[in-house]
Amino acid sequence: MGLEIFNTFILLLLVVAAVTSLWVKDLLVSAVVFGVYSFLMCLLWAEMGAVDVAFTEATVGAGISTVVLVATVFHLRRKSND
Amino acid sequence: MKLFSLIPVLAIGALLLWAGQDFPKWGDLASPASKSSVSSHFIAKTGVDTEVPNMVTAVLADYRGFDTMFETVVVFIAGTAVIAILRGSSIGRPRRKDHEVEAEPDLIVTNTVRLIVPVIQIFAFYVLAHGHVSPGGGFQGGVLMGASFILIALSWDLEKAMARFPIERCLFVAAMGIVLYGGIGLLSMLLGGEFLDYAELEKIFPVSRGMARYYAILGVEIGVGFTVASIMFVLYANLASEGRLKEGL
Repeated sequence: MGLEIFNTFILLLLVVAAVTSLWVKDLLVSAVVFGVYSFLMCLLWAEMGAVDVAFTEATVGAGISTVVLVATVFHLRRKSND
Repeated sequence: MKLFSLIPVLAIGALLLWAGQDFPKWGDLASPASKSSVSSHFIAKTGVDTEVPNMVTAVLADYRGFDTMFETVVVFIAGTAVIAILRGSSIGRPRRKDHEVEAEPDLIVTNTVRLIVPVIQIFAFYVLAHGHVSPGGGFQGGVLMGASFILIALSWDLEKAMARFPIERCLFVAAMGIVLYGGIGLLSMLLGGEFLDYAELEKIFPVSRGMARYYAILGVEIGVGFTVASIMFVLYANLASEGRLKEGL
């Protein structure tokens, strides 16, 4: 029962994070919310017993990808005159 | 237009949800993955063949060693591709925007990082070396090691990290990782086995066939760790400085 509540909670947050990262206008916020998504995914893997995958998701997905995305976002410029 | 593109998105989402009903239940013993002869072979034989308690590591580095070797090559190619694309892409652009000024590294941040980085690096070695018995291995350990250098670059500036790990050395270490992996494979071929058939290494090391594979798995994991650690840092260094490799964020 406890696991089901945990799973439902994580899955709901997962959907919220996925939609939010597409919805927000600011790319920096989008990148950070994407990191949150990765970390929720990592919790889900760990709960299912796939600890190796969870570890990879935590280091690569939530760690390095977020840093690389943020590094890229800082160098983007909009082509507009206002 | 936005509403129009919503229609295929919803249709594909509904199709995926509908197709998802065919998946076996989680932990179902009668699911094809649990019943197949391959998985029962791995479950029964991994401990006997390789002496490795963590089956995931044994399958990754030994039974599917060829696959993992070229995954490492893919990581290497990704790093070199980023360098090739970004080098020279920023010629003629101003280095800084007018309103930006040079900032001193923050005292609290740098001193915290000074404390944290050695811990991260020791943990990276632990994860790398303990891949046999606990979750972890070359990829995770390598990423942690690369992350420690990224942390240095984030808290001081890119030059500080590049002084410790210049880009040429990064590429050398990354190539050495693949050479180490392929070298262990070639060595076992020269000793009379097949490529990446680590058990043949018993002929030159005083260990049993199982333990020869155990140590060879550690060797190839170190190779993977070399490549992944340096390529992660190369990726960050190039993306954060638009290929200039100076100043960074």
